[in-house]
Amino acid sequence: MALSRDQIAQRVAQELQDGYYVNLGIGIPTLVANFVPKGIDVMLQSENGLLGMGAFPTEEMVDADLINAGKQTVTMATGASIFDSAESFAMIRGGHVDLTVLGAFEVDVNGNIASYMIPGKLIKGMGGAMDLVAGADNIIVTMTHASKHGESKLLSNCTLPLTGRGCIKKVLTDLAFIEIKAGKFHLLERAPGVSVEDIIKLTEGELVVEGDIPEMELG
Amino acid sequence: MSGFDKVVHSYEEAMSGLTDNMTILAGGFGLCGIPENLISEIKRKGTRGLTLVSNNCGVDDFGLGLLLPDRQIQKIIASYVGENAEFERQMMSGELSVELTPQGTLAEKMRAGGAGIPAFYTATGVGTPVAEGKDERQFNGRDYILEESITGDFAIVKAWKADRYGNLVFRKTARNFNPMAATAGKITVVEVEEIVEPGQLDPDEIHTPGIYVNRLIQSTFEKRIEQRTTRPSGE
Repeated sequence: MALSRDQIAQRVAQELQDGYYVNLGIGIPTLVANFVPKGIDVMLQSENGLLGMGAFPTEEMVDADLINAGKQTVTMATGASIFDSAESFAMIRGGHVDLTVLGAFEVDVNGNIASYMIPGKLIKGMGGAMDLVAGADNIIVTMTHASKHGESKLLSNCTLPLTGRGCIKKVLTDLAFIEIKAGKFHLLERAPGVSVEDIIKLTEGELVVEGDIPEMELG
Repeated sequence: MSGFDKVVHSYEEAMSGLTDNMTILAGGFGLCGIPENLISEIKRKGTRGLTLVSNNCGVDDFGLGLLLPDRQIQKIIASYVGENAEFERQMMSGELSVELTPQGTLAEKMRAGGAGIPAFYTATGVGTPVAEGKDERQFNGRDYILEESITGDFAIVKAWKADRYGNLVFRKTARNFNPMAATAGKITVVEVEEIVEPGQLDPDEIHTPGIYVNRLIQSTFEKRIEQRTTRPSGE
């Protein structure tokens, strides 16, 4: 069975470590915050200028001056700090964020990522995504393995305009956990009930499968 | 009398000197921390051919989106746009020129512009459409592109509190691009919720020193919320 959005988030959350500063992109990455393992403290960075993002507010707590990068109303966690956009991206570009999780349209064997633009269709802009992928060393891309029409999103070469070049090392899809090394995809784990053959079939770029591939363990 | 008193008493006065084809830097992220009344004044004035530098372009009936129906904006430099239908129409038809710029690069362009740095190298955008036509150089084995900084004829800024000398304090994430915009305008106009006397703000708590501010006006704000997201009470 392919992983649900929540299950993808759940698996990503297993990569969190105590004391991590983490930037979560819009969509599935945002859900990771719901699955932070017990006994671990992480601090969420929101690139509009908040380190220590808390839960959504109750109706009474809503404050128009306090939003996240998705423009949603939020609260501040204990120990939060506020800063301007230049400072926020100094943190990001300077490599101070421990883990970045973001979505994508395509990833390829050279670690290229396309996530912000479909020419002729969707032109909304890259927001902070280009800075995030250029600045972070530890990035996990979350996306579905293939389109609804069965077209692979794990390619030998990205076809869409790039968000970043050679910057992605880990991809978690609804079918597999994949590492990118030396110009190839490497299969690390598969979703429960999904066969290696299924994954190979839906991976257009070269995929290395070494030994027995374990199933993901989800809580 | 103090030559440092930046307070003006009308929006007309606040935006006087703005003429067609000027460049305006605007603070704000989405609709948070936008100089909403200064934008309305630009709409009222009917200034055209403007280049706007702002992270976003508002929504159809609020924020910088208000300047679209009368075709006041000729070009926008932003990181994320298209939350409104009229914007998309003008962009697709070529009436509006859009220069998409990564958010961190945009912030740094304003910061550098205000700090007298004409350009800087960044890894952001290397190998992407953003790098087209820009100088590339390696430092310590890594590729970087040269990005030029930005200044404006005007900067329009929203702060929370100020003293009459233009020392500014921002509130929560309404700070965002406002401090950088404030430094990079030839004429920086700031609207605030409250103006106090000099000496009433703790100097240690001032986010933007008054040296960057030319005009200051007090007003009230709608503060529209784009994505009101809540959890149930008692959770």
